[in-house]
Amino acid sequence: MFGFNRGQQLSFVLLLILVIGAPFVLYPIVVMQVMCYAIFAMGTNLLMGSVGLLSLGQAAYFGLGGYVAGYLVQSVGLTPELGIVAGGVAGAALGGAFGWLAIRRQAIYFAMITLALAQIVYFGAVQVTGFTGGENGIQGIPRGALFGFLPLASDRAMYALVAVIFLAGVIFIHRVVHSPFGQVIKAIRDSEPRAMSLGYKVESYKWIIFVLAAALAGVAGGTKAMVMGIQTLSDVGGSTSGLVVLMVLLGGIGTIFGPILGALIVIAMQYYLAPFGAWVVVIQGAIFMACVLVFRRGIIGEVAYRLRTQL
Amino acid sequence: MVMILGKPAPLLFGQLLLGIINGSFYAMLSMGLAIIFGLLKIINFAHGAMFMVGAFVTWGLFTYLGVGFWAALICAPVIVGAFGLLLERAFIRPIYKLDILYGLLLTFGMAQVLQGLATNYFGSSGVSYDAPPALSGVLNLGFMYLPVYRGFVVIAAIIICAVTWFAVEKTKLGALLRAATENPSLVQSFGVNVPRLIALTFGGGVALAALAGVLAAPLYSVNPAMGSDLIDTVFAVVVIGGMGSIGGAILTGFGLGIIEGFTDVFYPPGSAVVVFVVMAVVLLGRPAGLFGKVA
Repeated sequence: MFGFNRGQQLSFVLLLILVIGAPFVLYPIVVMQVMCYAIFAMGTNLLMGSVGLLSLGQAAYFGLGGYVAGYLVQSVGLTPELGIVAGGVAGAALGGAFGWLAIRRQAIYFAMITLALAQIVYFGAVQVTGFTGGENGIQGIPRGALFGFLPLASDRAMYALVAVIFLAGVIFIHRVVHSPFGQVIKAIRDSEPRAMSLGYKVESYKWIIFVLAAALAGVAGGTKAMVMGIQTLSDVGGSTSGLVVLMVLLGGIGTIFGPILGALIVIAMQYYLAPFGAWVVVIQGAIFMACVLVFRRGIIGEVAYRLRTQL
Repeated sequence: MVMILGKPAPLLFGQLLLGIINGSFYAMLSMGLAIIFGLLKIINFAHGAMFMVGAFVTWGLFTYLGVGFWAALICAPVIVGAFGLLLERAFIRPIYKLDILYGLLLTFGMAQVLQGLATNYFGSSGVSYDAPPALSGVLNLGFMYLPVYRGFVVIAAIIICAVTWFAVEKTKLGALLRAATENPSLVQSFGVNVPRLIALTFGGGVALAALAGVLAAPLYSVNPAMGSDLIDTVFAVVVIGGMGSIGGAILTGFGLGIIEGFTDVFYPPGSAVVVFVVMAVVLLGRPAGLFGKVA
C-alpha cells in the first residue's frame, strides 16, 4: 500500500486509528495543532533527514503561510481551502527565493544564512502591520465554509479537514522519499561529490527539497491559522524554528513517523506543562541535550533500529 | 543646532556612541565564539547564556557577598569560566567527533536550560545593578555628553579585544592553540596535552563571555533573556567576520555596531535587521566571511 513496508503499513494503520480516536480522549484543538506541527516537522525533516541540511529559519515559511492564509480568508474573503493552498504557495515562493540563496552554502553557513533570512522575515512581519497586524497579529480569522458550502465552525468538521491534510501529507512525503527522486536525494546526502560525478545536478535537487519543505511549512502554517483563528508573531519567530528542529530530533531524523511523534510530545508538553512556566523551556533544552548526547536516532529512529526496519 | 547629513549632531553622536557600545559587546562576544569555534569546531549557541550568567554572577556576588564591581571583573569570569570547564568535560567532550551541527543543537539546548533556570529563579524582568560610584556621572566632551560608565565600557572592550588578539596571534600559547587547530595529533605528539588545551580554550572563551556580562550588568537590566537577545546578532558577526577569525570578529563587531547605530538614525525600523541583511549579502559574495580563510 503506497509503497510502505510492513512496519510502515502497521504504523500507518496505527496512526490512522490514533487520528480517529484522539479527539475523544484529548482536546481536539490540541490534536489539530499537533497535526499542523507534524506537517511542518515532516517538511523540515525532508531537509534534515534526506539531505542533511539543518535550517534554523523554517518558521519564516510557517509564519508566512499563516499570515497569507489568515489575511486572504479574513480580509479578501477567500474560502479556507484556498487560503491554505495560498499559504503553501507563499511558503514555496519564499522558499524558492531563499533556498536559491542558501543551498549554495554548506553546513554551518547554510544554517546561518537560513537564520539570517528568517530574521529578516521576522522583522518584516513586525513592520508590515497592515498585513500582519504587527504585535497584535491577525485576530478572529473565520474558518468559513469548505468549498463555500461545508461550514468548518465546529471543531469536528475542522478536525476532519486537518486530519485529511495531515494524512495526505504523510503519504506525500513517503512517496517523495521513496521515489527515484528520493533515491538521488539520499545519494547526495551520503556523498555529494559522488552524486555530482554521476551527473546529478546536486544544487537543483537540494533546491527542490528546500522548496518542498517550505511549501509544507506554509501549508502547516495556513492550516494552523485556520484552526486557531489567530496568527501571531511568535509563529514566525526564532523559537518556532527551534521548536520544529526539536520535534524532528526527538522523533528521529530521517524517519517517516518520527516528526509526528516529536510534534505530539513537544506540543503536549507545552500544553500540559504550561502551568510550570519556564520549566517547559528547561525541559525542552534538556531534551535537546539528551537527544544529541545519548539519543541521536530519536525515539522512532531508535525503535526502528531495534526492530531492524525503517519507520 | 549643528546639523550633519540633515540630522541634529547630538542625535547622530548619541547613536554613534550607542552603536560603538553595542559593537563593544558584539566584538567581545563574537571573539570568544570565534576562539571556541577555531579550536573546538563547536558552534557555541550557549555563549549568550554565559554572558547572561556572567551578569547574574556579578549581581549575586554583590547582593549576597558584598563583592563590588572591580572585584567582579576578576571573580565572575573565573567562576563562569570554571563552570564552562565543567560543561566542556560533561557535555561537549563526548561530541567532538560528531557532525558540527550536533554541537550547535547541544549548546542550543544548554542555552535554553540556563535561560529557563534563570527565569524560574529571577523572573523574566530580572534585577538591576548599579555602576560603581567612581564611574558614575557624565563627561562634557563639547559636542556631546558622555556618561562615564559608557566610555569606560568602550575603552575596556578595546583593551580586552586587543589583549586577547595579542595572546592568540602573537604569543607562544596562541601559536600552540593555532597549531592544535591545524593538526591536533601532531601537536599531541610534541607532548602537548591537547584535550586540556581544548578544555582551557573553551573555559577561556566562556570567561570572555562572562567578562562581557560583568561590563553589561550596570548598563542593561540583568535579565534571563539578555543573552538570547544578543546571540543571533553575535553569530551574524562571527559569520560575517569569517568563522574562527579573531581579528575579523573584533573588527566586524565594532563595525556592525556602528552600522546599526547609523541605521537607527536614518531608518529606525531597519536597525534591528541591518545586521542580517549585511550577513546575507556578505555570505553571497564571500562564502567564508570577510576575513575567513576559504575552507
